[in-house]
Amino acid sequence: MSDADIIADETLAPRLTLEEPLILQSGVSLSPVTIAYQTYGTLNDEKSNTVLVCHALTGDQYVAGIHPISGREGWWHHLVGPGKVIDTNRYFVIATNVLGGCMGSTGPKETNPKSGKPYGLDFPVFTIRDMVQAQARLLEQLGIEKVFCVTGGSMGAMQALEWAHRFPERITAAVPIAGSYRHSAQNIAFNEVGRQAIMADPDWRQGKFLEENTVPKRGLAVARMAAHVTYLSEPALHRKFGRKLQDRENLTYGFDAEFQVESYLRHQGYTFVDRFDANSYLYVTRAMDYFDLAEENGGNLVNAFKDTNVRFCLISFTSDWLFPTAESREIVHALNANAAKVSFVEVESDKGHDAFLLDEPEFHGALRGFLDGAARAIGLGEGARGESA
Amino acid sequence: MTPAPSQLPAHDKASIRVDLQLVANQIKQDSRVLDVGCGDGMLLAYLRDFKQVDGRGLELSMARVSSAVREGLAVIQGDLEADLKHYPADAFDYVILSQTLQATRNPKEVLEGLLRLGTHAVVSFPNFGHWKVRLALLLTGRMPATPTLPDSWYSTENIHLCTIKDFLSLVNELGVTIEAGFALNSSGQKRSYNATSWLANLFSEQALFVLRR
Repeated sequence: MSDADIIADETLAPRLTLEEPLILQSGVSLSPVTIAYQTYGTLNDEKSNTVLVCHALTGDQYVAGIHPISGREGWWHHLVGPGKVIDTNRYFVIATNVLGGCMGSTGPKETNPKSGKPYGLDFPVFTIRDMVQAQARLLEQLGIEKVFCVTGGSMGAMQALEWAHRFPERITAAVPIAGSYRHSAQNIAFNEVGRQAIMADPDWRQGKFLEENTVPKRGLAVARMAAHVTYLSEPALHRKFGRKLQDRENLTYGFDAEFQVESYLRHQGYTFVDRFDANSYLYVTRAMDYFDLAEENGGNLVNAFKDTNVRFCLISFTSDWLFPTAESREIVHALNANAAKVSFVEVESDKGHDAFLLDEPEFHGALRGFLDGAARAIGLGEGARGESA
Repeated sequence: MTPAPSQLPAHDKASIRVDLQLVANQIKQDSRVLDVGCGDGMLLAYLRDFKQVDGRGLELSMARVSSAVREGLAVIQGDLEADLKHYPADAFDYVILSQTLQATRNPKEVLEGLLRLGTHAVVSFPNFGHWKVRLALLLTGRMPATPTLPDSWYSTENIHLCTIKDFLSLVNELGVTIEAGFALNSSGQKRSYNATSWLANLFSEQALFVLRR
């Protein structure tokens, strides 16, 4: 079976199949593994200007440009592009769809070569480490030995930290944004609410909904709605909606979307089901839950970054209650204990966790300055800059 | 073509403040430096650009941290009395503490902490033994306010002011070596006499010491 048979949608190219099976953290050997990715900008002759952008739970490889399915701009279009903070005139940006994702990489919705049917729940459980291993293998096959910077927000921050922990000699800088070194009990709890909503939907069919031509729309939409609330903040919700009513002057004493905030959430939920696979949602949230860099390093995060030479920039947001500043600060302390080169900014914003996706000038200024500094330190600045000017 | 701002050194030699210049003069080329209370990172940027120093900074004010990070500096937001303990011993050649010792809750512990992290500590502070301070208290009977120490007693952050003599006695108690000492005027310019001389305690508004374990 060719790759084209596994993934019919050619808009999700380019993709690359790993040459060797991927041995997952669980011990399971997975093969074949195909990773879909997008690139922006040009790899320089020294192959020293790669920025790996890692997406969050429901993100994908389309960081900039127009998304082929939603038709909207990429999730980090504020940041990635010519002359932007992650300047594609200067850097070669690569973003992958994570292992287990549903935008072209091998995952539960793709065909299991053993059965000829979609994997569904036969797909092995994987971890953040497995996602990063797959990315590392992809970059090897693309001939990129050293990455200038790995960055991402939320689950993307987890991947950036995992890179810094697992492959410190292969990266110059890591920028984990609005992230944590471990998924908190509260976050595991929210993920579990989402998973239970999906599994409670009769159309989920024990994970076999693709075979049975159904879609657990209601379950996945509810999962998205609950999660979406955690990405915002009370001030942001209040500013946007307050208690305003939806398309009506007075209360109607029923269970329609009376309030604008309800209508908004329902919209978020129902547009999500068109672009996301319910089983991927189960697996990827699970990968986040398992992430704990302290636990796997003898219970002490300091050991995760022993004598690291990676340059770090941590960024958190004041109103982010899903990945609060305190968690970034714990990472900073562990890095200080290794006398690591670390910058850390807590950005004042009332937009909650989602601030990492938005146009936040203080955040963008800090990231630009950090990248400039790191680029200058490895002599990346002038050459690439000069060409573009 | 005008070079991009990032390609220029963040600060040229002429623009650095005189007091920071004196601190910078104490730092050896290619050394590892922690600047505690680094502000917007002016000194760190200078040391990086002109002395190839591997620098880190700690700063309380988030606005200043943000400016420093925008300069590409390894600066974090934090409180020195809470955060110095996270760093390993001997991580730095120099730990700098400018005009902050007198505002700490426990200056003795802070000094010991600086010299745990670095083989050298570069410490500057306002001298409460200056004649104007002495005279102000004597003549007005009120807490002195001077150009170097302008705040009222109830609003000042300087909760542990000391004279040069007091500082020397603490340093002696800690068994620390003084490598260099400078008497400074109110704008941080070096005076012609040494900070350890009796003149300094009477006539200098500020002092700068380079301490070694």
